Amino acid sequence: MQHLVNAISLGFVFGLVAVGYALVYGVVKLVNFAHGDVFMMGAYMMFYASVLFGFPWLAAVIFGIALTALLGVGIEKVAYRPLRKYPRINSLVSSIGMSFLLQNFAVVVFGGIQRSFPVPEMMKKTIILGEVRIQSVSIYTIIFSILVVLLLTFILQKTRIGLAMRILSTDFETARLMGINVDRTISFTFALGSALAAVSAVFYALRYPQIFPFMGQYPGSRAFIAAVVGGIGSIKGALVGGFLLGMLTVLLPAAFPEYSGYREALIFALLVIVLVFKPNGLFGQEVGEKA
Amino acid sequence: MKRRTKILLSLILIIAIYVFVYFSELYMDPFIKRILNTGLIYAILGVSLNLINGFTGQFSLGHAGFMAIGAYASALLYMSPETKMSNFFMVPLISPLDRIQIPFFWAIIVGGLMAAVAGFIVGAPCLRVRGDYLAIVTYGFSEIIRSLFNNLQNITNGPLGLKGLPTYTNLWWTVSWTIITVIVIKRIVDSSYGRALKAIRDDEIAAENLGINLFKHKVLAFVVGSFFAGIAGGLLGSLLMTIDPNSFSILFTYQIIMIILLGGLGNITGSVVVGIGFAFLMEWLRFVEMPMNIFGIEFPGILGMRMLIFSILLMVTILFFRQGIFGKVEFSWEGVARLFQKKKVKE
Repeated sequence: MQHLVNAISLGFVFGLVAVGYALVYGVVKLVNFAHGDVFMMGAYMMFYASVLFGFPWLAAVIFGIALTALLGVGIEKVAYRPLRKYPRINSLVSSIGMSFLLQNFAVVVFGGIQRSFPVPEMMKKTIILGEVRIQSVSIYTIIFSILVVLLLTFILQKTRIGLAMRILSTDFETARLMGINVDRTISFTFALGSALAAVSAVFYALRYPQIFPFMGQYPGSRAFIAAVVGGIGSIKGALVGGFLLGMLTVLLPAAFPEYSGYREALIFALLVIVLVFKPNGLFGQEVGEKA
Repeated sequence: MKRRTKILLSLILIIAIYVFVYFSELYMDPFIKRILNTGLIYAILGVSLNLINGFTGQFSLGHAGFMAIGAYASALLYMSPETKMSNFFMVPLISPLDRIQIPFFWAIIVGGLMAAVAGFIVGAPCLRVRGDYLAIVTYGFSEIIRSLFNNLQNITNGPLGLKGLPTYTNLWWTVSWTIITVIVIKRIVDSSYGRALKAIRDDEIAAENLGINLFKHKVLAFVVGSFFAGIAGGLLGSLLMTIDPNSFSILFTYQIIMIILLGGLGNITGSVVVGIGFAFLMEWLRFVEMPMNIFGIEFPGILGMRMLIFSILLMVTILFFRQGIFGKVEFSWEGVARLFQKKKVKE
């Protein structure tokens, strides 16, 4: 039971990062390898806002989310927009380079040592329900993740910019002909995706309050797998994939401690198997190869 | 130019290279020699990955995994039983491997073959997944390898890695293998197989309609590419004298991708030159991490600056030099001849 709550809340964290991947992939068809590092930058910005400038915790978090969203837009402008008219593989390589750049930038500017992320008192409590001890962070994670997902669904389904994003995801050229400002919509998508990364960085950092330049790699690759397994480009799929991975990550070592070392291999094997037998993921739409 | 003259000129060049190797083995500074060795290994890796990524257009991120297989397989074969004993103090090595020791050359070959088998296993699903998905599958593969090597303690010694590998790698080995790699891959690229590979890169569906067996050719590219990656892994293991699973991470693959991008996708000359240059550049860039004194102001050395510069370089290449530094210019004897003729005209 305790493991189950842990698994669900970790699943939500992975799910949120994965939704960021899925959002960007859905609109621009780009596997953004730098997403995990945007996540890391988000955590650092919050850290500096609260420790260096002395912002109150909540303000620091909001400040961090806003800055990360800006960073996402900037990355898109510099690294992806000039390559949009070239084959997709160019942008893929560019995102790998960007991930590299952000990590090394963080090493140089923030330093390679681990810093402890500030955790407010409210999140430190442990709730005891009979036999089960639940960290209050887990509860908050679950509640806020659901809220964020609902908000995201609202933006996508009910607002004009959400409509524009959905149109872009099906056809670029037609969208342009219909008078949609493609550049602005894509910028907005990146802002949204990066903000999501920052939100999930908050919850991740609350669970594991150590931040360091390479912290984005682990949740990044996890979320990436979640997004792919769930059908990249599909938000529902990303959430389900995140859940699945959270379960695997927590429950597998709990059930079979002696095999816990093989967890990584197993998770990646799952990824490969899903891709080979169901390339569009569990919830992906069937897309014809190059009509 | 006649084919015969070209072969003759190539032979002369190879002999000249070996003369150079002979003298540098005798007189060259060991530090420079080490960098040159590393550079040549990078060149092998670059050329072999270029066969997969550049010529066949199958974007693979699994090269570090193939290297790891080659490095481990060969190291376990050429290490002496005593070294193995001292390495595997946690969990003993499984039975046949702990007693055998075979010569370096054969160990390297076996390492390459093991990597080629893995290349076949990874290349086979290529028929089903393409583009970004293939990149993901190969990335997943190299992570699986790393994770397995971290856990199979009775074969790989887990995260402790193998230490005290005997140093067999010298310029003779690396130069010879680089030449073999370049010749083999050049021959493949120029043959009908190579034209089929390029056709697959340019338009897969059209190639299939022309009767090209997609499966056979893609798998061929993967098997040959991973074979040489395995060889390079074996050489690198013996050069560094220590290997552990985590040094063959995705970062290593990125570096090789950087090399082939800088050299130009599908450009063998570029991969070789940039591969060697890259090793020197990385050493040379170490100076930025040292404390400096510019105009009387003391700058403390910043750790990690080297990698930052490296990644900025990578981004600049991707954004502004998509064709690589060399573009489509390949080394050829005709080109050299033309160079001389032009000079004569000017005179």
